[in-house]
Order: sequence, then structure tokens, then C-alpha cells
Amino acid sequence: MSKRLTVPKTYKLFVGGKFPRSESGRSYEVVSAKGDFLANAAMASRKDARDAVSAADGAVKGWSGTTAYNRGQVLYRVAEMLEGRRAQFVDEIVQQTGVSNAVATAEVDESIDRWVWYAGWCDKFAQVAGNGNPVAGPYFNISVPEPTGVVAVIAPQDSALLGLVSTVAPALVAGNTVVVVASQRYPLSAISLSEVLATSDVPAGVVNVLTGSPAEIAPWLASHPDVHGLDLTGAGELDWIELQMAAAQTLTRVTSPEQGPDAAAPSLARIAQFTETKTVWHPKSLV
Amino acid sequence: MSRTELQTLPERAVELLGGEPDDTTLRRYLHGLPGVDAVGLEQRAADLGTRSIKTTSKAWALDKIIELIDLTTLEGADTPGKVRSLVAKAMNPDASDPTCPRVAAVCVYGDMVPYAVEALGDAHGDPDEGGISVAAVATAFPSGRASLEVKLADTADAVAHGADEIDMVIDRGAFLAGRYGQVYDQIARVKQACRREDGSYASLKVILETGELKTYDNIKRASWLAILAGGDFIKTSTGKVQPAATLPTTLLMLEVVRDWYRATGERIGVKPAGGIRTSKDAIKYLVTVAEIAGEEWLQPHLFRYGASSLLNDVLRQRKKIATGHYTGSDYVTID
Amino acid sequence: MSFLEYAPAPESRAILSLKPEYGLFIDGEFHPGTGGTFETISPADESRIATVATASDEDVDAAVTAARRAFDKTWSKMSGRDRGKYLFRIARLIQERSRELAVAESLDNGKPIKESRDVDIPLVAAWFFYYAGWADKLDYAGLGPNPRALGVAGQVIPWNFPLLMLAWKIAPALAAGNTVVLKPAETTPLTALLFAEILQQADLPPGVVNIVTGAGATGAAVVRHPDVDKVAFTGSTAVGREIAKAVAGTDKKVTLELGGKAANIIFEDAPIDQAVDGIVTGIFFNQGQVCCAGSRLVVQESIHDEVVERLKARLSTLRLGDPLDKNTDIGAINSLEQLNRVRELSRIGDEEGAERWTADCAIPDKGFWFAPTIFTNVQTSHRIARDEIFGPVLSVLTFRTPDEAIAKANNTPYGLSAGIWTEKGSRILAVADKLRAGVVWANTFNRFDPSSPFGGYKESGYGREGGRHGLAAYLKGAA
Repeated sequence: MSKRLTVPKTYKLFVGGKFPRSESGRSYEVVSAKGDFLANAAMASRKDARDAVSAADGAVKGWSGTTAYNRGQVLYRVAEMLEGRRAQFVDEIVQQTGVSNAVATAEVDESIDRWVWYAGWCDKFAQVAGNGNPVAGPYFNISVPEPTGVVAVIAPQDSALLGLVSTVAPALVAGNTVVVVASQRYPLSAISLSEVLATSDVPAGVVNVLTGSPAEIAPWLASHPDVHGLDLTGAGELDWIELQMAAAQTLTRVTSPEQGPDAAAPSLARIAQFTETKTVWHPKSLV
Repeated sequence: MSRTELQTLPERAVELLGGEPDDTTLRRYLHGLPGVDAVGLEQRAADLGTRSIKTTSKAWALDKIIELIDLTTLEGADTPGKVRSLVAKAMNPDASDPTCPRVAAVCVYGDMVPYAVEALGDAHGDPDEGGISVAAVATAFPSGRASLEVKLADTADAVAHGADEIDMVIDRGAFLAGRYGQVYDQIARVKQACRREDGSYASLKVILETGELKTYDNIKRASWLAILAGGDFIKTSTGKVQPAATLPTTLLMLEVVRDWYRATGERIGVKPAGGIRTSKDAIKYLVTVAEIAGEEWLQPHLFRYGASSLLNDVLRQRKKIATGHYTGSDYVTID
Repeated sequence: MSFLEYAPAPESRAILSLKPEYGLFIDGEFHPGTGGTFETISPADESRIATVATASDEDVDAAVTAARRAFDKTWSKMSGRDRGKYLFRIARLIQERSRELAVAESLDNGKPIKESRDVDIPLVAAWFFYYAGWADKLDYAGLGPNPRALGVAGQVIPWNFPLLMLAWKIAPALAAGNTVVLKPAETTPLTALLFAEILQQADLPPGVVNIVTGAGATGAAVVRHPDVDKVAFTGSTAVGREIAKAVAGTDKKVTLELGGKAANIIFEDAPIDQAVDGIVTGIFFNQGQVCCAGSRLVVQESIHDEVVERLKARLSTLRLGDPLDKNTDIGAINSLEQLNRVRELSRIGDEEGAERWTADCAIPDKGFWFAPTIFTNVQTSHRIARDEIFGPVLSVLTFRTPDEAIAKANNTPYGLSAGIWTEKGSRILAVADKLRAGVVWANTFNRFDPSSPFGGYKESGYGREGGRHGLAAYLKGAA
């Protein structure tokens, strides 16, 4: 009996809730740890980045305007969908990175659980990061965290899935939208994650995924005035100081690269770093 | 339809306002009305939308909706042929069912009125008595941006050609700038322009264009203003601006006419227009009318839907109740 | 037929598959009790729904033992992350079975399906979702550096929001790492028993949650059991007092959520139509059988007549009848005992000289019903201004100045909730400051959210449920 011929998947970008090819028409080879051909991934251009930022910007109002409960429900649904596709994600990590099935499984499990952790913060973060302030006067005074806006992320480059999840999920909690540049060497999990996002009630434009060369794309994101936050966790190999300086032009909030196994570890700070605190005063008077 | 004699309207307004209807007096009156809490209003509307109207109530509701529709075409591309087609549909909504009720009116641009009147023939008449009336939009619809003289001529023209009802637009610019006296004056003058040679009046609907007024407080004030100035109906929208009619907005306007009735004994009509496309939505409006203003308002002289595609959805629902299964779009006629 | 009479639109009971008899849910399984049985009925027509077990002292002991074992061997050793996953599963199952649960709730409690479907059950799911997320975040809750569970929680809940009160108790307890023995009210055990089936579907480890049905004696046995570390009670102030006495001198932590006689204050510049809706929501939602009901309308004298007139007109479209009819606004009173109490206090209101007005509703022959009622000319010294009626009865009082409104609102041993209606922001905030009530609603009423703490001052109890504060009751050193 002859072996069945496969129907290989095409990996495109994820922008505005759709899967377009790069407007540049370029792609690049993704190979396995052993050097075998796996797939051609889209190579995003600066125009793709521009389109992604535009999509993310258009999605801020809706995403930040839904209730925190609703955001939590949507993010939890993403975790459910990931759980359902566990086997596929494990396979993809094994193929791309060459790790054992057990190691890949542990990475997928941790990715799902970490996503759930962040989902549960949506309707609680404001309670921990906000508060009433006992000002000295007849005023009601309250501080609340609000989303910064569009956050561009350079995902950890040495991780297929966990690094991506660890940088994208926290940005979404408070209502930001995201443009993420995936790992250049291991981009396939990012697109499979995009398929999960597309089927999990995540509104179009809330998460946009670009594959290709971070070195080429990052400068355009850093200098874009509609990018309000820049997460450089995975930019250790790039000229990240230049990126921070470019971002400084529009006072974009920036973070610095992180290396090692604890890069992008889950923390409240990863949520807080892309929020703005708003404080409101109102007089109190009986007469 | 009873309405205070036109000559006494100015006196009645002065009495209620405590002065002449100028900017200052109107401002004092309108801004003295109780405010509207938007969250509470929208919650009440949502709650009314959960009423479950089934079986006999639903069948009755569907027929009633048809009887209250102003079947509308307001396109730049309208032609006499289009108007004739609309009128034919208005007179005979369901080609396969002669028991289907007729709509209340057809609504067209002023220069199309003669064709509508001609096409209606004997069917032209008071919808309270089984006829179909002709409503014309006027006063530089939809924007309202023209001189008062042009707007009055627009109105008189339509009335002269046989329009029974005039749907005018208020000057939203003037309203938002606080020139309430000007808005009042325009409505009063348009009402006068509705007078026919025999001394009768075309019925005046005042379109507030709620989508441009934005806040519920504005809509409440504009509603009171329109009634004080002589409107017979208050109407939500031209249908050319989003959002058009919404349930909370219509609910608010029904509260105003309810309060007007309690204060004066007079009933004013309400017409939501634009955006009501499904039977399900239209039924929510019927429920809202009945529970807010009262069932007396469920008559052509006190409530209308400004709609076009709604009719076919109602006809499909009507067929489903009659036959027991869903029908398709090929089984209702286009207009 | 008037359109407003609306043809019947009944929610189907066919969605339910009830057993004729239910046992006690102990250690993950249903067991027959040893304390006899009783019946639960539908208060709308007095028909029998199911036979339910009464848990004896021995049964309660078995339940607490199971809870202790589950705490020691399983639940206290489990990561917060995993506890959270169980709670997420439960939340999802509730969402999936929401229609079934809503029908069961309306059947057993008498409340309109519109309320159980649109308010109760969605809040139940939301409560489990909210606390699921806290299970692995206790370190961040601001409740101490090393938050630890108390152990076994004994929980007794009332009949007015059966499954919602269960959620308010179980969700935070489990999130914080405790195990539970819960006693539902004797007139409304049904949804708790369906909930136990959901726990089996969620594969919750046995003994983490135990449900012991019964009446007052079973509740007392739960509260008094020496191996219960934490007591949580929602119900009448009278029973709350007994519980507070019972735990005195022990190590048991206790939280109580008791009665109320909330003032709904309407200032003359209130948004009048929404205020009238707020009054209606305040006292007629759930037939007024709500601890935080706005049972005193405290209205500015200058607008008293207008408000009362609009209120009466508003009540004319309220529909009283079959709880399973989707158009019903006012359902049945939960029991004959409660109905008699409402009747008795209303009779006292007549005697005291207040003026009674009742909405014109057709009352069905069978079942327990009380039409929405307003008493005007009520004085602060009247019993109907002080005693909790727990039914669809509103007492109307007036005030002249903000100070007087506040004084009247606070002039009660209760302190659960209050309402303020005015367009003036500075007044809302200043009045809210001065009201001795745990929940203040401004330009709204009876709004609940799992992230929003709820609980009373004074004789309305102590402790908060909901929000970050709601965890404190179930952690060591936190409250």
C-alpha cells in the first residue's frame, strides 16, 4: 500500500484577523533542527508592519472597551482551543527545534497554563493596581490602570511557543492590542497560534503576527508613532539600543531584552508595564 | 385625529413656558426637565426587549406592524416607476394573501408626491379608516441646511400636490448651538405651511435626527420643543445618519408623549425610522409603545414605523405562522 | 384580547431530567441520609418536585470528615493553578447547562425565569470564573505575605438566590484552598443537588465539596461541628445572632450576611423615570425577597406625589404569574411561611395607619402569591419602616434636606445597602460617605458583580463576599 501524500500547510501572516501573504511577496525557508525543509514562512516587510499597526490601532477601542470579564472569557477560550490542539503544537515544536516529545509537551502545557494565568488577571488587575486615594480634602479620588494602546513585541527568538505566549498574553490583559514579531528560526508555532486566535472570539486586529526578520521589521515598529509600547524581550541579538532611541522620539514606553530560561517569566509587572494610571478627582458636598 | 387648533398653539406654548418661546425662556424650561440616566434607560429598553411574544399575540403583532408602516423610498435615484412599484406593494403587500393588511402610508420625496397620489387612486385616504396616506419629506431633507424660505416652499409644494403628512427635519445646528427659539420658530412656520386652502392641515412629523443630537438629554429636550411648537408626531431619524432609530431613544420619546398627555390631555405620535429591519425588532417596539405610553398609541395616527425592508421580513414571519414552516426570499415580492 | 395580556410563553420543563429522590452528596457520591426525608415543592402551584434527604448529625459528621480528609490529603497539597482549573471547569459546565439550571431554580424557588435566566445563573458562572482566576494569585491579593487556607468551611445558605448564594460561598472558599460542607435552604435544595452532579462532571476530587440537605437542625449541626474551621452564613439576623453566640470562645472564623431595610433615597433632581425603575428594581426584583432590597423609599417631599403617581403607573405593567412564563415579572413567594409573614407585617402596616395600595394582579388559585404593594404615609416609628418584610412591599417616607435623608436612612439597626438618586455628582459622593451601609448604589440598584464586594454594617452582618475582599474570609490572618 503506498504512503498517503500530504497536503502541506501554507504559513502566512496574521493581520487584522486575516491571513495575508507578505505584500512584498517574499518568503523564507524554515528548516528542522536537522536541516530538513519544513515550510516557507512569509517574510514580512515594513509595509506589512505598517498594516499590522494600523489594524492593531483600529482594534484598541473595541478591545479596551469590552468589560474585563469579557476579555477574560475570550482569553480563557484561547486556552481551551490551545488545549484541544495540543498534539499539533507539540509536533510543530519537535519538528522545528528538535527537542524530545516530552520536552515539547512540557513547553505546550506550560504555554497553556501561563495563558490561563493571564486570562484570570483581566478582571482582577485593576483591583491590585488601582485604589482609592485618601486625599486631604473633600474629594473623591480614585486611581485606575488603563491600557497604553498598541504594543509591539519582539518575541524571544529561541523559543517556538512559550516565549511568544509569555510576551503577548500579558499585554492583552489590560486591553492593549499587539503586533508581535515571532521567532525568526521557529515561526510556525506563531502562525498556528494565530489560527487558534482566529477561532477563539478574539476580535480582528487585537493580535497581529509577523514572521520574518526582526532586524528588518523592528526599527519600523520602534519609530512608528501609533505604537505606544515596545516590548524588546526577544531583541537581545538586535541593535536594541538603537531601537530604544528610535522609540524615544515619540516617548514610546520601552522594555529591555531578557535572556535565559527565565526570560519573560510570568509576573504582574509584565501586565503593568503597558498600562497608564489615571487618577480622577470629584468634589463631595452635601449642601 | 384631534389636535389643538393651530391658532391656540402659540398661546398654549406661552402659558406652559411662562413666556414667549425665545432662546432664554425655552432654555430655562427645557433644561429644567428631569435628566435622563442613560444606563438606566438602556437597561429598561433591554428589559422590554426580553418580552416573549408568541402565538396569538405574535400573529396580532405582525398584522399591527404592517398597519403601522410608512413604506419608504427616499433615494436620489427615485423615479415615477419606482414610486408606482412602491405604491403597488403598499396596497398589496403579500401577492399570495389578499387578507394581508395594508400599510399606513407611503413616504416619498416631495416631488414624487403626485405620482404616489395617482398610483394610489381610490386607496388614497386616512389609514385610521383603511386608506393609505402619502407622507412627504420636506424642509431640505435630510440635512435641513437651507434658508427658511426654501424650506417653507418645499413644504407648501408637497402639500399642494396632495401630501397628507409632512416629515420635516429640525435645524440640528441651531439646536446644538442653543438657538432653541430659532428651532421653535421654524417648526411653527412649517406647521403653518401645512395649511391647505380649505383650512385643513397636513399632519406634521418633526424629525429630530437623534443620531446627531447624541445625548438623551438633548433628545428629550428636542422632543418637548417639537411638541410645544406644534408637531403632531415626533420622529427619530431621517434614516440617512447612523445611528437611526434605537429602542432606548424611542422609549425616551414615548415617555415624553406620555408625560405630555398627563400634562395636557393631548396625544402626540411617535415614529422611529431607519434601522428596524426584522419582525423581532419591530415587535420590541410594539411592546415598548404598549408598556410605556399605552395601547391607545398602537394606531396609525399615533405610531408609525419608517421602514422599507421591514415589511418583507414581517410578511415572511406571517407566512411562517400561517403555514408552519420557514419561507425564503423568493416568496415575497420586492418593491 | 388586549395586546398587553401577552399569550403564554412558557419555558419548557422538558429540559430537566430530575430524579424522583435525591440523597446527600458526600465524598463525591450521593448517599441516602439517615435523618429521614422531606419534599421540595414548587411554590407556584404547590406540586411536588422531588424527595430530598435530611442529613442527621451523623451524616453531617461524615460530611465534615470527608471534607477534612480531602483537605489534608488532596486539596491543601494541590497547586493554586490546579485548584483554579477545577473552578474554571465548573464555571464552564454551569454556562453549558445554564438553561437547565435556570428552569430548575425558577421551579424550586418561584422566581421568574426571566430573572433566573438573565441574572442568577449568569452571575453564578461569573462568580466561579472570577474566583478561579484568584486560586493561583493569592500572593497578590494584598491579604498577607503567605496566605493559607483555613481548612474546612461550614456554609449555610438561604432560599432567595439558591444557586447564586452557593456560588458566593463555594467559589472563594475553594479558590483560597478550603474544602466545604454546604447546607442549602430546606425549601430550595434542587439546584444545589444539580450542582453536585456538575461537580461529578468536573471530576472534582471527592470530599472537596459536600452538600448536606436538611432544615434548621442540619444547619446547626454544620455550624457547631468541632472540626469546622470556618462558618459562613447568609440568612436572617435572628439566626445570625445564634451563630455568633455558638462560635463564641471557639477558634472558628465566622462571616455573616444578614438582613436589611435599605433606604432608596430620591432627591428632587433625580432622573425621574430611571429613578422610578430603580425603585421597582429595588423592591420588586425577586419579589422583594432580597436582603439588600430597597424596601424604604425615602423621597424628597417636594416630589413625593409625582413619584408615587409614576410608581403606581409603572406597576400597572408588572405581570404576576407562572414563574416559568418568560413574560412574568413577579413570581411566587417562596413558601407559605414567608407569605404569612408578609401578610402579617402588611396587616400591621394597616394598623399603624399607613395607607396601602396594591397593584391590580390576578392571583392564581394555588401557590403562594403577594401582589406588589406600596404603603404611603409611613413614619419612621412604624414597624413597617423598621422590620424586614422580605416581600414585595414598599414603605414610603419623605425628607426635606440631605441631612434628614441621611439620618432617616441610617436610623436602623441594619446597614446592608442604600440607594441615592440625583443628577449631582458631589451630592452622590458626600451622601455615600455618610451612609452606614456596606453597598451604596447611586442612580442604579441591585447590581451585583463577582469583582464587587458585598456585605453589611451593623446588624446586617460582617465580612464581605465578592472581589479581592471576598478572599479574606477564607484565608488565615487576613480578616
